[in-house]
Amino acid sequence: MSSATTGRSRRGAASRGVPYLFLAPAIVLFLLFLLLPVGYAVYLSLRKVKVSGLGLGRNSRTEIFAGLENYRTALSDPELWGSAGRVVAYGLTLLPIMLGLALLFALLLDRPRVRLARFSRLAIFLPYAVPGLIASMLWGFLYLPAVSPFTDLAGWLGLPAPDPLTGGSVFFAIVNIAVWGGVGFNMIVLFTSLRAIPAEIYESARLDGCTEFQLAVRIKIPLLLPSLIMTTVFSLIATLQVFTEPLTVRSLTNSISSTWTPLMKIYRDAFAQNDIYSAAASSVLIAGVTLVVSFGFLRLVQRQAFGGENR
Amino acid sequence: MTALATSVPVTDGAAPAPDRRRNRRRSAWLPTALLLIGAVYCLLPLAWVVAASTKSGSSLFTTFTFAPGGDLLANFGELSSYGGGVYWKWLINSLIFAGVGGLLSAFVSGLSGYTLAKFRFPGRDAIFNVLLAGVLVPGVTLAIPQYLLLAKVGLTDTYWSVLLPSILSPYGIYLARIYAAAAVPDTVIEAARTDGATEGRIFGRVALPMMLPGLVTVFLFQFVAIWNNFLLPFVMLSDDDKFPVTVGLFTLLNQGQTVPALYSVVIIGVLISIVPLIALFLTLQRYWRLDLVSGAVKG
Repeated sequence: MSSATTGRSRRGAASRGVPYLFLAPAIVLFLLFLLLPVGYAVYLSLRKVKVSGLGLGRNSRTEIFAGLENYRTALSDPELWGSAGRVVAYGLTLLPIMLGLALLFALLLDRPRVRLARFSRLAIFLPYAVPGLIASMLWGFLYLPAVSPFTDLAGWLGLPAPDPLTGGSVFFAIVNIAVWGGVGFNMIVLFTSLRAIPAEIYESARLDGCTEFQLAVRIKIPLLLPSLIMTTVFSLIATLQVFTEPLTVRSLTNSISSTWTPLMKIYRDAFAQNDIYSAAASSVLIAGVTLVVSFGFLRLVQRQAFGGENR
Repeated sequence: MTALATSVPVTDGAAPAPDRRRNRRRSAWLPTALLLIGAVYCLLPLAWVVAASTKSGSSLFTTFTFAPGGDLLANFGELSSYGGGVYWKWLINSLIFAGVGGLLSAFVSGLSGYTLAKFRFPGRDAIFNVLLAGVLVPGVTLAIPQYLLLAKVGLTDTYWSVLLPSILSPYGIYLARIYAAAAVPDTVIEAARTDGATEGRIFGRVALPMMLPGLVTVFLFQFVAIWNNFLLPFVMLSDDDKFPVTVGLFTLLNQGQTVPALYSVVIIGVLISIVPLIALFLTLQRYWRLDLVSGAVKG
């Protein structure tokens, strides 16, 4: 794969710039819309507003250097810790359920003699086409006792109507929305990698009387490991950023606070309370944690995907 | 990877032949049933929104969940006339953001992926790693400073404020690089160079067509990502007329808290908003190279 570039010397200095020219659009966009905003967030996180006098005049509010004050405030803020703890619990609940179901469905789809597999595959994948905001609205309405089918069901059985939007169960209501939206995509990714495994591998095992269950546990799951790591990383990153679902369900219930997740708190600080400095500090902290958590995983994934490419 | 399979212990002795033959004909009922339960779970909210869109605002909360009503056309009319037809503007805006953003993103990803896969130059790995690290930066860390920076140059509340930050897709570059490495042979590039073609022509006329199936996948991913994105337009835009359908419906839902009659408008709006993406999926299904996602492409 490296031979494509051997002709370079013949063309001289002009063509040596070609790769950089081709990468220029991506690099410019990266600098303007990724690096610059991140740098600006770090800068803002080290600043604060100083109010002089009564804070009424045009020049009475000046921005000054604050050192690590915003970070100290953020780290001693029980609201931030509360929301961070909630997201950790959310991730620990969501990821095993979502990825476990995705793996189960992918393995079931890959089994021979399964009826209606095409229909089931499509139906389970369909929620991927539904934006998180819309999914939250759909489930949000279905959670309302006046709309929920479980209200009627409980009525027939003589049980009290469930109300998923009250108290602690709202946590699981949000988890359910994310599971619904995420299972299908991860299932398809895993199913596609299963299909890429040559069928001959299974043949001899089947001839030796290996059951489909043993086949799945002993052969398919180990071979799926790289794809599982990959889907875990991407799900993890998405989980730490949960924002849309609780924000939307909040329109239908009082049991979700405006600081339910870290990103909701950051959003509120920046736009509702106009405190962009502490919002910047909190978002830098969250970004740092995300980087640390997912970087190890990503290294692994990258080695897997590009291990065979000639460098 | 095949080495793994050979080391797996298997049970001794084959099952008796008649037994096995019967097994082959029999359907796997348990897996079928489990998958159908999954399918029903996934279709449930969609079935509800179809039923609910036919109900009037009052019967929405009084009739059985999946019982249809007779007010589909009335609801549709109400949605169309809401705010002077602003809903249709939202839908068109979503199409513009996702369509234009997806196309630009596929092109930039294709060009970058091709370059990273097919050229050797100082700093290649560093550039790739830095671009890829962009995946890890959380959305809100970006959205707020992006808003403040775009405000400084007067671009907030414009189409650009949503389009420009949506073009760069680290994940798209990653996919395009895998695909270019597998789909564009070095010999073809070398032959074009010998014929004296410029690098730009080689990419545009030779590599790009070969990468098309992979780039369709990148386009679809980015289309869905932009269509589904809520945070960025929510932060950037304040003028109703520029909202994509997600932000528009969110503002409607919030008004529903004080005007419950709006709920039936929201529900039919939700139904119509999911039709384009589902149609796109069903028609473009076979062009999806989802094996790219798991890096399973063989060169």
